[in-house]
Amino acid sequence: MPVTTVFEGSTQRVSVLDDSAVPDSQLDPKLSKDFLLELYKKMILCRKFDAKAIALQRQGRSFTYTPFEGQEAVQVLIGMMLKPTDWTCPSYRESALYISRGADMGDLFVYLKGHEDGMAIPNKTNDMPLSIPVGSQTAHGPGIAYANKLKGNQGVAVVFFGDGASSQGDFHEAMNFASIYKLPCIFMCTNNQWAISTPCKIQYNGASIAQRALSYGVMGVQVDGMDPLAFYQVFDQALKRARNGEGPTLIEAICYRFGPHSTADDPKKYRSEEEVATWRKMDWTGRFVTYLRNNGVINEQIEAQVDQEAIASVEQAVAKADTYTDSPVQMFDYVFSKPTAELERQKQEFKQFYNK
Amino acid sequence: MTLMSVIQAINSAMAYELERDSNVVLLGEDVGYEGGVFRATDGLQAKFGKQRVIDTPLAEENIIATSIGMAVAGLRPIAEIQFSGFVGVGYNHLVNHAARLRYRSRGKIKIPMVVRAPHGGGIRALEHHCECIEGTYAQVPGLVVATPSNPVDARGMLSAAIRGDDPVLFLEPTRLYRAVKAEVPDGDFTVPLGEAKVVEEGDSVTLVSWGPMMKNTSTAAAEAKNSGINCEVIDLRTISPLDSTDLVLKSVQKTGRLVVVQEAPKSFGPAAEIIARINERAFDYLQAPPMRVTGYDTQLPLGTNEDFFIPDPARILSTIKKASSY
Ligand SMILES: Cc1ncc(C[n+]2csc(CCOP(=O)(O)OP(=O)(O)O)c2C)c(N)n1
Repeated sequence: MPVTTVFEGSTQRVSVLDDSAVPDSQLDPKLSKDFLLELYKKMILCRKFDAKAIALQRQGRSFTYTPFEGQEAVQVLIGMMLKPTDWTCPSYRESALYISRGADMGDLFVYLKGHEDGMAIPNKTNDMPLSIPVGSQTAHGPGIAYANKLKGNQGVAVVFFGDGASSQGDFHEAMNFASIYKLPCIFMCTNNQWAISTPCKIQYNGASIAQRALSYGVMGVQVDGMDPLAFYQVFDQALKRARNGEGPTLIEAICYRFGPHSTADDPKKYRSEEEVATWRKMDWTGRFVTYLRNNGVINEQIEAQVDQEAIASVEQAVAKADTYTDSPVQMFDYVFSKPTAELERQKQEFKQFYNK
Repeated sequence: MTLMSVIQAINSAMAYELERDSNVVLLGEDVGYEGGVFRATDGLQAKFGKQRVIDTPLAEENIIATSIGMAVAGLRPIAEIQFSGFVGVGYNHLVNHAARLRYRSRGKIKIPMVVRAPHGGGIRALEHHCECIEGTYAQVPGLVVATPSNPVDARGMLSAAIRGDDPVLFLEPTRLYRAVKAEVPDGDFTVPLGEAKVVEEGDSVTLVSWGPMMKNTSTAAAEAKNSGINCEVIDLRTISPLDSTDLVLKSVQKTGRLVVVQEAPKSFGPAAEIIARINERAFDYLQAPPMRVTGYDTQLPLGTNEDFFIPDPARILSTIKKASSY
């Protein structure tokens, strides 16, 4: 036969909660009430943090911030499902992952207030800094995963990136390497529809980002990223595959970036209020909260209490950051493994000139 | 003449060149519909269409590589890289291909392309958005590195860069985008690349700088004047090829003293190159060791402390005084 089929494949999309917040009976991960309550608390806490970080910038008390509103389910769940020893390579939009992994929010505010020491990674878990060069962090995950495999420590690496980042060569090269060596690496793409003003249809011409996995021999799946039950299901599978030595998974979580790209951006310039309103119907504050209420996980009283506690924690974190004082001399630290003679000279000159 | 800010001048140069030559195209992230994150390309897609003002996928390496292909085949691409720190994503193509193809083809292939990027600190932005990169690229043979410091030069130099037949890295002074306005010539107007300019005459100390540092440098020169030190202030404008040594040399022959102001980290930058050339060619005229005021050999700090890194008028003035009283 002169013509044979070399490859055939298809890509699935998973969702669990329907529009009226009823879970699919087959796919419902049947999470315990305790787990669901903790998840809810963390998602509320993160949303309060997000709003506060924007407010501080607007008041001139901190600098550029990239909000994650709409993407909490992905980040908070991964934070809860990973072991502290697993590694993450997040982007600038993953502050909620840090918070879910146990970061001190006060330290995050110190970073947003533009202090050098704010760059210290505030987590006790294995996490890379929030990476700003778009897409670049995707290429570090396979290296970490390779090291884990070589050391035989069962650790998993999760790399986070957006629809825009999926256009960078780094992501493709990383998937290829991870696939060839069957690495315990999870490629976590949050497709929030926009890369600043660029709609995702300018990033890819196919039906999804998830399907790109197929051509690299990677498992690829799309999931409703604003449905925590669906996301739990999909991420759990990916984790099991990674820990069982079955290789990498690419997850494309469909979300929406409700806020501006950053505090320097005005999304009204490029998208309509109607579009935002349509996506808002999918947000976890609707469907998922209804599901939690229907299942007796939360009620009005619990919700009010969770809200209050979250606001108090965020305020406490801001207060901590407000009292932080730094010195510009910190810029001379951590350049090399030990201070160099020339840099030490520059530092002394600096201290003398500015009396610091 | 029209009163313009730097960003308006850049927009106006691109609009003029897109109108003038149908081979000119513009591409980059968010440059079309949005008109650029700094609005440098505002209105250009509406005017010249989606085929010539192209919103690209998010991939700097590809933006630069595609521009090379376009240039090879007869277009004159202007590639916008959103922030200076991300020019490096396309480093391989800029350095190993764009800058080299004329030499590699013994003149058969030319690469008339411009890579534009906002450049320099002082805007309280995130990491990688503000670093000074001119030194890194100035070492690359075949690549022009230019940086205007005011609206007039911004319009004239960008037009010259677009019309020229060499690849140009055009570094735009971000913190001056909207900080200064000037009367800019209308119509056909270019400022040739490779030429520095004496912006203020003086006979006590030669003061050389470029790009966004010109503002602090001029402020320091004005303060020096109050202390009776008349600085001759030179705006380098084109970093590489550094063909303006003669202008600096002539000035140093007059003043006998040289201070170079550079925002980038101290070591291995253009300031070192300028000082080396003056040492080589004007040693006998020098009455003081040539000096430099620069950033430090560390990372540009985050928002709170970045102004401590960027040479401020006080630091520049103190070095001017040191040079003049040596
Ligand atoms: C290499 C690089 N290019 C450009 C930028 C500027 N920039 C920051 S975020 C962004 C859009 C990213 O979109 P996406 O990957 O979809 O992630 P999202 O911001 O939506 O979370 C751009 C262009 C950058 N930070 N890094």
